[in-house]
Amino acid sequence: MKRVVASTEVAGQSPNYLLAKFQHLVDWAVNASRANSLWPMPFGTACCAIEFMATAASRYDFARFGMERQAFSPRQADVLICAGRLPFKLAPVIRRIYDQMPQPKWVISMGACASTGGIFDNYAMVQGIDTIVPVDVYVPGCPPRPEGLLYGVLMLHKKIRGESLFDAERRRDEQPLDEKGLRLSPAEIDEVSEPFGNSVHQFRSA
Amino acid sequence: MNPTVSALQATFGTAIGRAQVARDGETVVAVAPSRLLEVMRWLKETPDQTYDYLVDVTAVEYRDRERPLEVVYFLRSLGRRVDLRVKVELDAAAELAVDSVWGLWRGADWLEREVFDMFGITFRGHPDLRRILMWETYAEGYPLRKDFPLRGRFSRAEQVRQALNANPEAHYSLDELSIADAWGDLPDDMRERLRRGERGTLPE
Repeated sequence: MKRVVASTEVAGQSPNYLLAKFQHLVDWAVNASRANSLWPMPFGTACCAIEFMATAASRYDFARFGMERQAFSPRQADVLICAGRLPFKLAPVIRRIYDQMPQPKWVISMGACASTGGIFDNYAMVQGIDTIVPVDVYVPGCPPRPEGLLYGVLMLHKKIRGESLFDAERRRDEQPLDEKGLRLSPAEIDEVSEPFGNSVHQFRSA
Repeated sequence: MNPTVSALQATFGTAIGRAQVARDGETVVAVAPSRLLEVMRWLKETPDQTYDYLVDVTAVEYRDRERPLEVVYFLRSLGRRVDLRVKVELDAAAELAVDSVWGLWRGADWLEREVFDMFGITFRGHPDLRRILMWETYAEGYPLRKDFPLRGRFSRAEQVRQALNANPEAHYSLDELSIADAWGDLPDDMRERLRRGERGTLPE
């Protein structure tokens, strides 16, 4: 008796084999394109920006990693690099810049101050820009050397290569602010803003 | 000691308080708040003194709660190359207010705004006394006062909430400053340079 072959069954493989292969191929092509032509939006507020400029200049030259064009308009940028401390006065500014960037977009938090508030554990400073915008790569250092930033960029490449167009949850960066205008819940913000190191000896209320 | 001090004491008598030479060699002289404007005008306009440049205005609060707050004026005579510091003591328990010297030195505008922003000292007669470093809706107090906690009075979540809900454009005027608006306030030599076309054109 002649065996009837289902149209989706190919060579004894799963019916989804071809689709999976196709998705993999598309992901590879798209991610390679994205990772190798990141357009950074520099948001330099302090000494980290000096190291950022050194990274952009000829000796380190992050154009070698596809960041040839620095986008000084957020509307033509892929990756926001926050280099330096962020005072509360600038918090709505960086949030608006982030909101203006088209998808897909990534954020690198460069240096101790952008990542945690650093030594500025005081009334004027945001304790980590991840309370304002979602961050993909944190680069430690005060300030980080250009090699450190380049390593962070390569980590971002790796992260981008692991993404999939077909995963609905692949990017959680489309995070609108809630009705209170916050990205994280107040409890989370207070938790990540806890004092550490020498600043635990200070007190909050008079 | 700067010879201005003895001239001040001869002219204003008891309105002039203690005078001393600071460790960097500059003379510091205390003035009664009620006669500050008078003394400053004299310092600026008397031909022998001519302290025509206000370098800085700042304030000091000491940890000792008994001591008064001090507002410090750094004066310099550009022609004579002499410096003088004038201090005004304000009782912390009373109203923190002092006369503005904006009428004498226009440069006092932002300097006094900064002192107001950081210490909460009011300058009577200032044309535009607003916060300058902190945003105008800042509600936590005056950050450089000794009773101000280092991390601010609100929780971090509340600070982030207020910051993110702020309108970044709200604090700044979009009106451009025009040289024509300031024409009446410009010194003569600057008007002359403008007339010669060194810095743009002459407003008619």
